[in-house]
Amino acid sequence: MSQSLQITREKGVFLLLQMMRIRRFEEKAAEMYTKAKIRGFLHLYIGEEAVAVGITDLLGPEDNILATYREHGHALARGISANQIMAEMYGKVEGCSKGRGGSMHLFDAKKKFYGGNAIVASHLPVAVGLALASKKQEKADLTACFFGEGAMAEGEFHEAMNLAALWQLPLLMVCENNRYAMGTAVQYTHSNPDIEAKGKVYGIESATVDGMDVLSVRSAAEKAIEYIRLTGKPFFMVCNTYRFKAHSMFDAELYRDKMEVETWKKLDPIPKMQQYLLENFQFIESELKDLESACDQEVQQAVDFAEAGSWEPVENLQNYVYSPKE
Amino acid sequence: MAKITYREALKQGLREALHADPKVFLMGEDVGRYGGAFAVSKGLFQEFGPDRIMDVPLSESGFTGAGIGAALGGMKPIVEIMTVNFSLLAMDQIVNNAATLLHMSGGQIHVPIVIRISCGVGKQLGAQHSHSWEPLFAHIPGLNVISAGTHEDARGMLLTALKSPDPVILFEYTGLLNVEGEVPETAVEVDITKAKIRKEGKDLSLITYGSGVIKALEAAADLAVLGMDIEVLDLRSLRPLDEKAIFTSVQKTHRAIILEDAWRSVSISSEISARIMENVFYDLDAPVERLCGLEVPIPYPKHLEDACVPQKEQIVSQIRKMLSK
Ligand SMILES: Cc1ncc(C[n+]2csc(CCOP(=O)(O)OP(=O)(O)O)c2C)c(N)n1
Repeated sequence: MSQSLQITREKGVFLLLQMMRIRRFEEKAAEMYTKAKIRGFLHLYIGEEAVAVGITDLLGPEDNILATYREHGHALARGISANQIMAEMYGKVEGCSKGRGGSMHLFDAKKKFYGGNAIVASHLPVAVGLALASKKQEKADLTACFFGEGAMAEGEFHEAMNLAALWQLPLLMVCENNRYAMGTAVQYTHSNPDIEAKGKVYGIESATVDGMDVLSVRSAAEKAIEYIRLTGKPFFMVCNTYRFKAHSMFDAELYRDKMEVETWKKLDPIPKMQQYLLENFQFIESELKDLESACDQEVQQAVDFAEAGSWEPVENLQNYVYSPKE
Repeated sequence: MAKITYREALKQGLREALHADPKVFLMGEDVGRYGGAFAVSKGLFQEFGPDRIMDVPLSESGFTGAGIGAALGGMKPIVEIMTVNFSLLAMDQIVNNAATLLHMSGGQIHVPIVIRISCGVGKQLGAQHSHSWEPLFAHIPGLNVISAGTHEDARGMLLTALKSPDPVILFEYTGLLNVEGEVPETAVEVDITKAKIRKEGKDLSLITYGSGVIKALEAAADLAVLGMDIEVLDLRSLRPLDEKAIFTSVQKTHRAIILEDAWRSVSISSEISARIMENVFYDLDAPVERLCGLEVPIPYPKHLEDACVPQKEQIVSQIRKMLSK
């Protein structure tokens, strides 16, 4: 377990709760997918929760976040309500993207949550631009950008890293290294398996962290964010993690060993954090039960909210193609 | 005849091509160990090995460019771009290299590459995963652009495309993958330069391609019940266009409607409409009409998605109006 013991009991319980909320929410989403309430692609983050939770906890309301299509966790951790996210996945008007986006395109401009991006790596240069805007306007905020190790083979990753370093931008680049890009394992994607080196080579300060441990993630992020705020320069964080589920809702998982999945499941960040709280803060069973029922309640409410939501009338189909005329 | 799925037809074409020529190889994201994003190449990795079924990293520009280079170097690459949504990342290679090298080099450098791209609307995948971009590619001189709207073409077009000395873009349709259809027992090459009449008729020419073909045939069947005899013309080649087939059909029926899922402006249908006007205007009894995709990024909810692209009912009612029946 992590060396960072500076967290309070309250903070520890909060981090655990955040991870449990995400887990419960996604389990429900998967269930609703099999009931055909949610359609299209649904990419689950189960197993990787510590990454979004550990990092998002340290961001301020003015900081920007960009994520991939595997972004329910980031959206929840950022404070977009479970109601709005579930409604979005149902395609209802009450969703955070008015139902237009679905699971892969969660947006909330007020919360500075810029997606929900489904073209791999295409949000990385956009993140550079958000950081550039902050710098030009002499704002203190930073931009956090999440992506998988698969995305790092794209030219856009390398272009973004070079620009961020060249222009010295306040950007936190977070690689969620879950070892697979769909069915392609990291050794078939990266000629040099040292992922962190891909930050250093651009002169970007970099660190690798155990992404299955929320406290490790959080303490590394703390240092990274402090560095960015102090220097205005980018930072590259590699979080080693694992997705417990298929790439999207279904894949035959021909590309990985069942044993490997089981081994990683033993590193599940949620029981690990429970154990930590138990050992260090006398966190008791009944408290855990309370958290569980809070999560259950939140998620059930989200489903009820989504069910009760409304469908966009077809007459409005062509809204939001251009901005409304003044 | 045998009854197989569109997916199986694609796979048989691939297998045939790999057997026929040792220089042929397939490269694309997740084509090997994963079995193909849509299970089209499932089993081929085991059958042909990693050198001929090459998994590539996420790097559309990189591996498409590498495919072009391999073609210059004497290989016969089949590059699979998982879906058309990701093809824009490879567009520089496709347009500035594949389509252009022959001309820039004064005819010295040929690019015999086949790029397979799956596409289509209708799976609730949202605005970044539902594109119908055949017109973007059909705009480019130097490319051959073909579209497999039937099982026979899904199986046979690849074999013919591999004989081309110039780049071929082959569009496949994810919406058809599980649909069963009839094909001859053995895989045979099919002509990829000609349009094909899928149903003869005398009252009106319904001109389409790709995902439109099955919809058009279904609409034509409904209209037949109502006493209208519709000719369904499958373009198959979107660049170059088989003008002769189009004009011949129009000269026979004197009425034409063009159907496609792609956005209306600057589309395949606008091009065909213009050519009909330029060439066989006096054969027309009525203005050419079009049914196209609505000009909006495709939204996620089913009812809105359905409203974005022409459905059978719309085809039927539009044609009834045209024929005043
Ligand atoms: C440009 C592009 N190419 C291909 C795809 C199809 N695709 C979606 S996710 C994915 C794998 C991405 O892996 P990684 O970046 O490691 O993220 P992970 O899904 O593991 O979180 C692929 C190939 C895509 N969405 N965009």
